[in-house]
Amino acid sequence: MGSMNAILARLPAGLAGSVAAVLAAFLVGAALIAAVGVSPVTAYAALFEAALGSANGLAETLVRTVPLALCGLGIALAFRAGVFNVGAEGQLFVGGAAAGAIGVAGAGLPSIVLLPAMALSAMIAGAAWSGIAAVLKLRFRADELITTIMLNYVAIHLVSFLLHGPLKDPNGALAQTARLTSDGRLPVLLGGTRLHAGILIVLVAAILAHLFLWRRTEGFRLRVVGLNQRAALNAGMNVRRAVLIGFLACGALAGLAGFSEVAGVQRRMIENLSPGYGYTAIIVALLGQTSPFGVVAAAFLFAALQIGATTMESAAGVPSTLTTVIQGLVVLFLIGRDAIPLIGDALARLGDALARLGRKSA
Amino acid sequence: MLAVLTDPAFAGFLSATMRLAVPILLAALGGLYAERSGVLNIGLEGAMLTGAFVGFVTAYATGSIAVAVPAAIAAGGLFGIVLAFYAVTLGANQVVVGIAMNLVAVGVTSFFYRLIFGAGTDRPRIDTLLPPDFGALADWPLIGPLLFRQDALAFLALALVPLTWFVIARTRFGLDIRAVGEHPEAAETLGVNVTRVRYGAVAISSGLAGFGGATLSLAATGVFLDGMTAGRGYIALAILILGRRHPLGVLGAALLFGAADALQLRAQILPTGLPFQFLLMLPYVLTIVVLAGFAGRGGAPAALGVPFRRLKKD
Amino acid sequence: MRGIRVAFGPVVANDDVDLQVAAGEIHALLGENGAGKSTLMRVLAGLIVPVAGEVRIDGAVEPLGSPHEAMRLGIGMVHQHFMLVPTLTVAENVCLGLPSTGRFLPDLKAAGRRIRDLASRHSLEIDPDARIADLSVAGRQRVEILKALFRGARILILDEPTAVLTPQETEGLFRILRALAAAGTAIIFISHKLNEVMALTETITVLRQGRVAATLRTADTDARALARLMVGADVRLPTLEDERAAAPHDDGKSNAAARTILAVSGLVCRDADGVARVDGASLEVGAGEIVGLAGVDGNGQQELAEAIVGLRAAEAGRIAISGEDVTRASVARRIALGLAHIPEDRHHTALVEPLAIRDNIALERIGEPPLSRRGWIDRKAVARLAAEVMAAFDIRASGPGQTAGTLSGGNQQKIVLGRALSRDPSLVVAVQPARGLDVGATAFVHRQLLARRAAGAGVLLVSTELDEILALSDRILVVYKGRIVGAMARRDISVERLGLMMAGKAA
Repeated sequence: MGSMNAILARLPAGLAGSVAAVLAAFLVGAALIAAVGVSPVTAYAALFEAALGSANGLAETLVRTVPLALCGLGIALAFRAGVFNVGAEGQLFVGGAAAGAIGVAGAGLPSIVLLPAMALSAMIAGAAWSGIAAVLKLRFRADELITTIMLNYVAIHLVSFLLHGPLKDPNGALAQTARLTSDGRLPVLLGGTRLHAGILIVLVAAILAHLFLWRRTEGFRLRVVGLNQRAALNAGMNVRRAVLIGFLACGALAGLAGFSEVAGVQRRMIENLSPGYGYTAIIVALLGQTSPFGVVAAAFLFAALQIGATTMESAAGVPSTLTTVIQGLVVLFLIGRDAIPLIGDALARLGDALARLGRKSA
Repeated sequence: MLAVLTDPAFAGFLSATMRLAVPILLAALGGLYAERSGVLNIGLEGAMLTGAFVGFVTAYATGSIAVAVPAAIAAGGLFGIVLAFYAVTLGANQVVVGIAMNLVAVGVTSFFYRLIFGAGTDRPRIDTLLPPDFGALADWPLIGPLLFRQDALAFLALALVPLTWFVIARTRFGLDIRAVGEHPEAAETLGVNVTRVRYGAVAISSGLAGFGGATLSLAATGVFLDGMTAGRGYIALAILILGRRHPLGVLGAALLFGAADALQLRAQILPTGLPFQFLLMLPYVLTIVVLAGFAGRGGAPAALGVPFRRLKKD
Repeated sequence: MRGIRVAFGPVVANDDVDLQVAAGEIHALLGENGAGKSTLMRVLAGLIVPVAGEVRIDGAVEPLGSPHEAMRLGIGMVHQHFMLVPTLTVAENVCLGLPSTGRFLPDLKAAGRRIRDLASRHSLEIDPDARIADLSVAGRQRVEILKALFRGARILILDEPTAVLTPQETEGLFRILRALAAAGTAIIFISHKLNEVMALTETITVLRQGRVAATLRTADTDARALARLMVGADVRLPTLEDERAAAPHDDGKSNAAARTILAVSGLVCRDADGVARVDGASLEVGAGEIVGLAGVDGNGQQELAEAIVGLRAAEAGRIAISGEDVTRASVARRIALGLAHIPEDRHHTALVEPLAIRDNIALERIGEPPLSRRGWIDRKAVARLAAEVMAAFDIRASGPGQTAGTLSGGNQQKIVLGRALSRDPSLVVAVQPARGLDVGATAFVHRQLLARRAAGAGVLLVSTELDEILALSDRILVVYKGRIVGAMARRDISVERLGLMMAGKAA
């Protein structure tokens, strides 16, 4: 997937391209809303009011930002290494299961020990799950795009098995672990809301990822490998190592997202831990131009979209799945910016043709 | 030996194998056109989902599967043309485009499903297509369950295998597809329109995937569910590798995956002792094993995944 | 062709070019790399539409908008890089894009019969059912010519057709071309090789920087005058003789006894299909000498160079740099032992084009002080190194932050040279180091290689350009089908013997 990064490198420099893509996607979204028979202004106002207009709404948006940003950061690092890891969803599930298992088993330990143990085990589990795809790629040259998607399905079934079996709460009927004790939960930052310390993990992770990419030699090598493997090899770099780092970083960060959902939101491991955060995070990574702070900003935007959508549905009657459409369109517009000159050419040709027609009839 | 062949459970397994192979066979045959022309169609999954949705809605509205199937194919083809605009005209990265298109397909289908049918709990159903009665033929060992317990769409799918071989190996369009997939510059200098051939191949590719998706909603279930393709479009990509991008190889590989799926369904009922989740994993694990065992770019067209840029004319 | 102008954005490739070719004439289009020869011919082949100018064929102005149009007018082109689909057969390649062989179902059998007819009439040896991938390079070239004739070509353009041929195969090609011309075909022969142009053609048009420098009859000129016209001035490329003249003690003998820097023995490398591309090659390069590795393109020289620098795994044999066995060593280890590599492919192997010049210069040394300490990059040190190298190697750019991919070929190659040679390497492996460069940049590259030799480094120069090898090498080795089939000291050089060796005819 080396060529992918050559393309990524051509993504619009800076913010302009991303902002334009988002605006265009919202515009199409507005057309869809109008097609439903609702005023787009009303619908969007309801959406953003719900997501950003109150302390509680903002807190919910930030809570939703956490898994999207962590998975997005992981995917961005993988992309930078030229690794098309789309397995964040499965890595999140495996990480969540590990965090849940350790959290239940370690009940009684002080939180200063328990929380790091849960986070670390989630990261190791996520990295190991991603590592399977890494081995398949490095050892057997199996394309990671398909293997990671397949591993997502396998992970979800595996976690389902664990929650129906070994990890099941013996005192409950549902397929989930026992509830975590308060020592196994991330602290709430703002009383009366669900905003938990996971958002601080996101900020730290983004700063570390930024320093890694731009100030560390390993990050430099990772970027070079992603842009041009052959040149990296020719310069004496260890390409396999950089690719492996890309896989493991993605898995660890997605695993961490699983941990933060378990310890910060659900307070136990459940079967439907993620409604597709790992997939949305692919778009988050692309929209953020695979730069760490851009990824966090993109995650915040999409989180607001998702949080507001439910209110939009109940208040304005627009199906909340509109957000999925908008998210997909953002990417299509982002990579479709090359079409702008083409469309310009086509319009110019049309203008010429009309002018000729005008002269003829005159 | 013969006892096994005529055993009703085994016959049921064979008939399920073919039934489950049909959607992925269609998608993989579609993928074959795109890949032989040098375009990696990651969008098979989204095209399948689009076909499943449009087929379902059309059948629901018209009550006719004969209308629904062409509608699904057309919807898939349209999906393919959008994908080709990105992959061929703009030369965008084919993996990124495919993934994005698949995510859009998930959003658009579920958005319009809710718009049309509401968010209620009672799912609308359509009458599924039933196999015609072949009488005693259906009881022939092996052949009976594989062929004569299938519906009309399965026969169409099977007919597409030799047809695809003929198109690729014998026709001018097929020659163009092969040339464009291996050496687009050479084809271009000889007057072959690379862009047009790739658009055609990707449209056919996604149209067939749309057909495959339609068999899921029209023949297999009679309902539409969000994301009901469940990765089959990606599995089709693995089938292409295993089948070496040859129609007969693709048929064999699709049957293997159909068998894995059928086994998984049967074994859930049989007392195997294995947790059912492990059986559910079977097709996905098989895909991974196939990729690990048969990957490496052996046999892939030389220009696969590489955008073609004509010289600028200004 | 009259007043042809072609521009790619701000770059003008052809400007006000006139060219006239008569039926039965062999006309040379001469010029150095980047003079606009190929662009002009792509106009004639209908692949590029010029901004200005007109093309007249048999007196009538023709709009050449597409390859179809060009074909209809009887224009056929044999491209430098063959335009053949390797997985298809000869007949399938010939039928591509030709609706006359069957609009929907191409009739390959009938086409095959016509191919046989046409081939025997022009004494071209071709089997219509053979797969292109199984043909030799000369065989593929015959298919290219036949493909054009099959389409009724009356004007045949050959773009650098001898680059991939041995001197003997070149003679064979010339015979075919003379016969075609005698039969009335107009032939345009694109080249930058003066001796071939003198030997084959009747009329010569010289292009320089996109414009016509002169049109003359071959009989009225000589190689020296042509060279001056091509380059625009009396630029002479540096040779080893200049170097020796400057250093009278250097008689070439002391080097023979010098320390061995590179030793390769019995090397075998296979490609993905299991074919041995390098098949038991052995060679040595000593300190302070340039060893030229000559050979026709595709005889394993690229693979041999890749194995030496560590980009390709060796299946058997041994590679040692300064006495240390590096057969299985990483590229990093080889670099640490003093290896510098000037790869053939600037765009994909040497440079990371989306990155800044400074990052490209730092590429090989980012892990060592002063560029980094304990894994932290020292940006000031990177900037200092970039400034030094850019000054020393005369890299012209808006600044060290400019993206490498936006530079000219010459400046890109200077980055590659600067990065590799500023490390004071003991072994330089240079593969086609002047490919695609104009004469000024070529002279710069050659001076740099001579300077490394003078500084005591061993240089392995791999090139398919005999002129380059002859100008710079202390010793010449010839590679044929993955083996070293001959060696020659500078004082014993005979071009004829070299040619025979390159064709595998003598050992």
